[in-house]
Amino acid sequence: MNYIDPHIHMVSRTTDDYETLAKMSCVAVSEPAFWAGYDRGSVDGFRDYFEQLTAFEPKRAASYGMQHFSWLCVNAKEAENVALAREVIAMIPEFLDRPGVLGIGEIGLNKNTRNEAIVFQEHVDLAAMTNEQLLIHTPHLEDKYQGTRMILDMLCDDSRVLRERVLIDHVEEHTVRPVLEAGFWAGMTLYPVSKCTPERAANIVEIYGPERLLVNSAGDWGPSKPTAVPDFILEMRRRGHPECLIRRIVYENPLAFFGQSRGFVFQPPEAEQHLST
Amino acid sequence: MKPSPPLEQEFLKLRAKLLEIGASLDRLDRISGTDSLEPRVTQIRCAIEALLESHGNRAEAIQLIFSRPFEEDWRKKFRMPNFEC
Repeated sequence: MNYIDPHIHMVSRTTDDYETLAKMSCVAVSEPAFWAGYDRGSVDGFRDYFEQLTAFEPKRAASYGMQHFSWLCVNAKEAENVALAREVIAMIPEFLDRPGVLGIGEIGLNKNTRNEAIVFQEHVDLAAMTNEQLLIHTPHLEDKYQGTRMILDMLCDDSRVLRERVLIDHVEEHTVRPVLEAGFWAGMTLYPVSKCTPERAANIVEIYGPERLLVNSAGDWGPSKPTAVPDFILEMRRRGHPECLIRRIVYENPLAFFGQSRGFVFQPPEAEQHLST
Repeated sequence: MKPSPPLEQEFLKLRAKLLEIGASLDRLDRISGTDSLEPRVTQIRCAIEALLESHGNRAEAIQLIFSRPFEEDWRKKFRMPNFEC
């Protein structure tokens, strides 16, 4: 089954992973900006990173017949340096019209601090001014519930935010309901230890249905599995769910969400073109 | 792929996970003793008790046991810019 991984950090994966994803029928990836494992020291450090995301990675993906899309921001882990974050936010528009750029992300919270919340709101301001979509990271483990509720407070009180153009990522059992009920898209991240497993993601689909739900691997430089979405597909099949339901979550939903971005020009694989005629 | 009944799918996996939990708790007792005042031990006990509930949202309940509380007035406490309480 063709699928799209809507959240994966390919800059920290090897070219072998691109090859494996292609063999697994991944036809497109979307890569939000994230933390490099260390705090960048200057706005030029971010400029170089955005160059890599928008110019180099699409070429690497194309070598394996895959399309690559990206999102730009300062990650929440680097938001404590508010002055630098503001410099980067002012620089981001240089890249927003590049092919394949889908919006601002992954912004969010990490330890739920005041500075993180301020930088989050200033990213939302930028998205509102430039009419960009938003991809949002929610915190890990014990901080997730509190941080997700804070993010919902900020978004729901902002009349400029169009909820159908916002994806709130890394939802789990205790955060998926408020995100969906508020009208946002929700992403489930399939990780080996933290976040969600393919089995628990399948449970959430059985409880809430496929509307505005996505699954992703969020593969990065830490413990993660870039082929986690095929694991989810297999789990759904094992439970006897129909192919049309699985396809909706792993292919059609990403297309519907990304399709709202002016930077999303998608060339379906040849087999998909035959399916749609 | 023809699915097997849910209990058939889940039984051995559940058995294995319960054994893992039992073995991990035994190890803690054996190596360091279980400090009943340690907050994480309390969380683990509450989570195990939540498994015995009969309602259908045990996973959500366990997630909340391991979560920091949310304070409705966080923006006031943080003195967030442009926030009017």
